[in-house]
Amino acid sequence: MTTYIVRRLIYMLVVLLVVAGITFLLMHAVPGGPFDKEKPLPAQIKANITARYHLDDPLPVQFLAYLSSVAVPRITAEGPSHSVDDDFLINIEVGNRWIKWMNFGPSYASLSRTVNDIFRDQLPVSFQLGVMALTVAMLIGIPLGILAALKHNSTLDYVGMGVAIFGVSVPTIVLGPFLMWLFGVNLKWLPPTGWGAKPPFILGLFPSHLGWEFFKYAILPSFVLGFGSSAVIARLTRASVLQVIGEDYIRTARAKGLHERTVILYHALKNALIPVVTLLGPMFAALVTGTFITELVFGIPGLGKYFVTSISERDYPVIMGTILLYAVFLVFANLAVDIIYGFLDPRISYE
Amino acid sequence: MTTTLESSPLSAEPQLVGKSRSLWQEAFGRLVRNRAAVTGGVIVIIIILTAIFADVIAPFPYDLQSLPDANAVPPWVTKLFPSMQAYGRLEGRFPVGADSVGRDLFSRIVYGTRVSLAVAFIGPVISLFIGVIYGSISGFFGGQVDNIMMRIVDVLYAFPGLLFIILLMAFFRTTLAQPPPGTFAFYVGELDSKFGGLLFIMIGIGLTGWETQARLTRGQVLSVREKEYIEAARSIGISDWQIMFKHILPNILGPLVVLETLSIPSYIYTEAFLSFIGLGVNPPTPSWGSMISAGSRAIRGYPNQALFPAMALAITMFAFNFLGDGLRDALEPRLRGTQR
Repeated sequence: MTTYIVRRLIYMLVVLLVVAGITFLLMHAVPGGPFDKEKPLPAQIKANITARYHLDDPLPVQFLAYLSSVAVPRITAEGPSHSVDDDFLINIEVGNRWIKWMNFGPSYASLSRTVNDIFRDQLPVSFQLGVMALTVAMLIGIPLGILAALKHNSTLDYVGMGVAIFGVSVPTIVLGPFLMWLFGVNLKWLPPTGWGAKPPFILGLFPSHLGWEFFKYAILPSFVLGFGSSAVIARLTRASVLQVIGEDYIRTARAKGLHERTVILYHALKNALIPVVTLLGPMFAALVTGTFITELVFGIPGLGKYFVTSISERDYPVIMGTILLYAVFLVFANLAVDIIYGFLDPRISYE
Repeated sequence: MTTTLESSPLSAEPQLVGKSRSLWQEAFGRLVRNRAAVTGGVIVIIIILTAIFADVIAPFPYDLQSLPDANAVPPWVTKLFPSMQAYGRLEGRFPVGADSVGRDLFSRIVYGTRVSLAVAFIGPVISLFIGVIYGSISGFFGGQVDNIMMRIVDVLYAFPGLLFIILLMAFFRTTLAQPPPGTFAFYVGELDSKFGGLLFIMIGIGLTGWETQARLTRGQVLSVREKEYIEAARSIGISDWQIMFKHILPNILGPLVVLETLSIPSYIYTEAFLSFIGLGVNPPTPSWGSMISAGSRAIRGYPNQALFPAMALAITMFAFNFLGDGLRDALEPRLRGTQR
């Protein structure tokens, strides 16, 4: 198991390196730079700015410099500073030395902020939204799928799968504006825009207080974001449960005279949920980082805006940072899924 | 015993001819019996007809502005949204109202079917083309080739699809924006603007959507590669390429086409999404995504501007989902017998 995890971690590093490389090449292949404004800067000023951010270095040098600033930990005597060049995500004090790691660089679009500032202030909001959306998706999807499978070919099955098709057919850009109009503008039950948590966040991710003040902003966007995913979960759960309850060992369990509830809960579901767990990993990564439409519609100050604006503004460090962040989420989610797999199904071994 | 065996096929044959149906006929029969799929199919046909006869159906050209009619609404819409009675500019000429520069919403929704359908049909073709070629090469040659090609797909999987497509769109838009006349890029740019920006969207969608297809194709190729008829073809000296495209491909195409049918709604959604964030079609080409985006900015005052294009998008995706699900159920042999 340990060798398996180590091998996977090395493989993940390779994947991240390739993702970083492709992104770097592609974003520099797009013509125009971060400081090409509609009204061109005087040549000398532009040359100075370009030199200041080392954008005049050859591309391979820039790439290696970026990798080293992100991946190589520094050990210094000084603590964290407030300079935009020297902003590390992880600062640990050991004795009188500081270990600093992961400097994603400054943002070219807002010169007083760094990519790490964006991660600190905006990522937690997207994370909270993503976690709640995933909760909504599971709370709706898994029971719906199980019920539809247990009552196969009944009205409940058809209604459940109708809801699921509704979920995959009504995309966020449709459901978002509609629910915002219905509950936010028309009925005025919930605030149409905004978010209820502000920095500082607990552990850098969680809101410092949970109450109506937080949830009244979160209900609509979490539902909108989670509903589509709940449909995917429901369909997969249904198919998987249907397959499992046809297996011989379920018949054996029933033949032993076990209670129907015991058969379903302890024998069928544990195996039926394995494919669902596989799906949850990538879904979580996508929900946490890929929330831009929901954030756009509901005016939520999350990370989503930066995915889009950084590309049109050629804000190179922000593009690299956000895409790498997504890739990290995705590969770790997949690793977690594979490890959980081993616990759920002892037949799967990683030797 | 031997006599019955010899005689029974002969005597049974005339009966069997009338009854026996090919796999495809049987699948079609199952599809027709699935009410949801038929409903979806009918709606898809209506949408296709709407796209073809958009010029006849739409009361106005999609780009005809009339600023005095900005945000005008027909009387029945104000009954639906009573809050609009206070300030809505009544104008009966527009079936569901006009947008913020006075263009008829209904006409734009009707013309919008063209954009969505173009993406729904051409996006899958591009992705099928790339995915099938990539997957069959990988599966057919196997070994180290297969290993490397599949690792590339794995890495591409770790790439956030929507971000990749946004990067690609930014790349296309700026590289081919004002190229010197006479170059290849210039002609591509010209072609794209003739399609209202759709060409790049379809290329982008095709380039980002083929990985799943490649994996499925590879699996299918692996499963038929060792079959006897392939061995037979090989034994009479047919070349690798001919075996691949004449003998393997026709036998595995069914599931691949079904997978593409199932992903049509996601192609439609990607286009709407790109237009929603302003990287999609060029204005004034009407796309439901850009209409929803413009409409949701005015949703407090004029909800009709977002809700009607949103309904069009949702209905289209419903129809394709129902049809795709029906197709899958009809062609999935494992589900045979479980449905009436």
